Amino acid sequence: MAAANERFPYLENADELVVVQRGPEPGGLKGAYRAFRETARGMKTTLARVFEGPKTVQYPEEKTPVYPRFRGRHKLHRFEDTELEKCVGCSLCAAACPADCIRVVAAENDPADRVSAGERYAAVYEINMARCIFCGYCEVACPFDAITMGHEYEIADYNREDLIFTKEMLLAEPLERNPLRTEDE
Amino acid sequence: MTPLPVAEVGFAEASWVMIVKSLVIFAVVFAIIPVLTVVERKVLGRFQARYGPNRVGIHGMMQPLADALKLIGKEAFSPNRSVPLLWALGPILVVFSGVTVLAILPWGNVQEIGSGDVGLYGIDVSVGILFFFAFSAFAFYGLLLGGWASGSKYSFLGAMRSAAQLISYEISMALALLGPILIAGTLSLTGVVESQDTVWFIVPQIVAFLVFMVAGFAECNRAPFDLPEAEAELVAGYQTEYGGMRFGSFMLAEYLEMFVISGLAATFFLGGWMGPGPGFLDPLWMLLKTLALVFVFFWVRATLPRLRYDQLMALGWKVMLPVATLNVIVTATLVTVL
Repeated sequence: MAAANERFPYLENADELVVVQRGPEPGGLKGAYRAFRETARGMKTTLARVFEGPKTVQYPEEKTPVYPRFRGRHKLHRFEDTELEKCVGCSLCAAACPADCIRVVAAENDPADRVSAGERYAAVYEINMARCIFCGYCEVACPFDAITMGHEYEIADYNREDLIFTKEMLLAEPLERNPLRTEDE
Repeated sequence: MTPLPVAEVGFAEASWVMIVKSLVIFAVVFAIIPVLTVVERKVLGRFQARYGPNRVGIHGMMQPLADALKLIGKEAFSPNRSVPLLWALGPILVVFSGVTVLAILPWGNVQEIGSGDVGLYGIDVSVGILFFFAFSAFAFYGLLLGGWASGSKYSFLGAMRSAAQLISYEISMALALLGPILIAGTLSLTGVVESQDTVWFIVPQIVAFLVFMVAGFAECNRAPFDLPEAEAELVAGYQTEYGGMRFGSFMLAEYLEMFVISGLAATFFLGGWMGPGPGFLDPLWMLLKTLALVFVFFWVRATLPRLRYDQLMALGWKVMLPVATLNVIVTATLVTVL
């Protein structure tokens, strides 16, 4: 920076000097050669993309696999051995839901014909998918792992009414329409 | 009264042969143009690592049909402030100028077909390339009229730009073609092709070829010289107010002109119909060379960004014109000396 002070003696502090880097002067034979060379380089770059082949995922036919922890449409679960519902109608999921999209109406279990494993069960369990923000808080709040987030994301529909998922729909095994990523992917 | 100075015709034929020939050329080229539109989109897609249209028909090859049907089905409206007759004349002139030049593109030498000899070209006029310049410059009347008669500032700006572009590049284009003409010693396009018997003119005239191609991009209003229609700043330039098949005509003319310029470049620099094999393969070679050059058009479009207006002018007047002039002087000197 000493050299800078010699060239600009009015500068008190050499740190104030801003060195601007300019490109080479345009025009002239050199400039023409440079323009030609750079154009050729650009043409080569684009042609290389042709040989790389398309990167497009042809969506409705091909799908990008989802990760195992992907938060898609909810699922309600049953015990595998007794076929009883895991949900006991405690409404903790509804309380945790920031979008207020879960409605639970609990009812007492009939000992002769049990629906769930606990004292009570969810007579009505509805999730309004139009309001759900897929945050996964319901899954975290559930003390019995009765509700989890699935992998399905193609839940668009024509009517808002159709987006209110009932307990039967959530309990039913959803069609696994979306590929899952493998461990190392 | 002296007769009008009419251009000589290299190879005279019966008029019905001429009509059949022109119909065949017209039909073949107009079958190629729609394919070019979809191929361009697919090629551009590949350049950008995507597929391009692939939904309509096999590999999307029916896309131009869908496009054309859509355009034809649209209402033929015209803006309130337009000048109706001139406004409608614009696209007609543009297509007309492109189609006329097809007449002189040579697709092959004189062949024996059936009982008589037939030249595989529309007409072999002695003024050849002047014919091309006369009619390709016509296209700019179309753009200018269309742009002005639209009664819209964007259209007018686009039209003015296209006029400026024409003046800047037409000269270097003509000068670039002067090199091969000087070597061939004839203006007739068949004559030019025949004089490339030993070596294609791209070898001694590589500079002229580059100048011609660059000027050709500008002539067709193609990237990187698509200033007249610059979507970003002028909406679509002179096409802004056009819709339906009138807009389609402009698009058709653009591809037609691209095809014609490529054909001329193939004729003048790549040996035209010359190629191995018997005579009836000539049109195939010509078509192959033309399409290869059309691919270069797509390639350049996929690569180079649009020039700024002053850069366009600077390139035209400060680079292309001196280079083309120098090429002509050197060629003329060498032709005289050798």
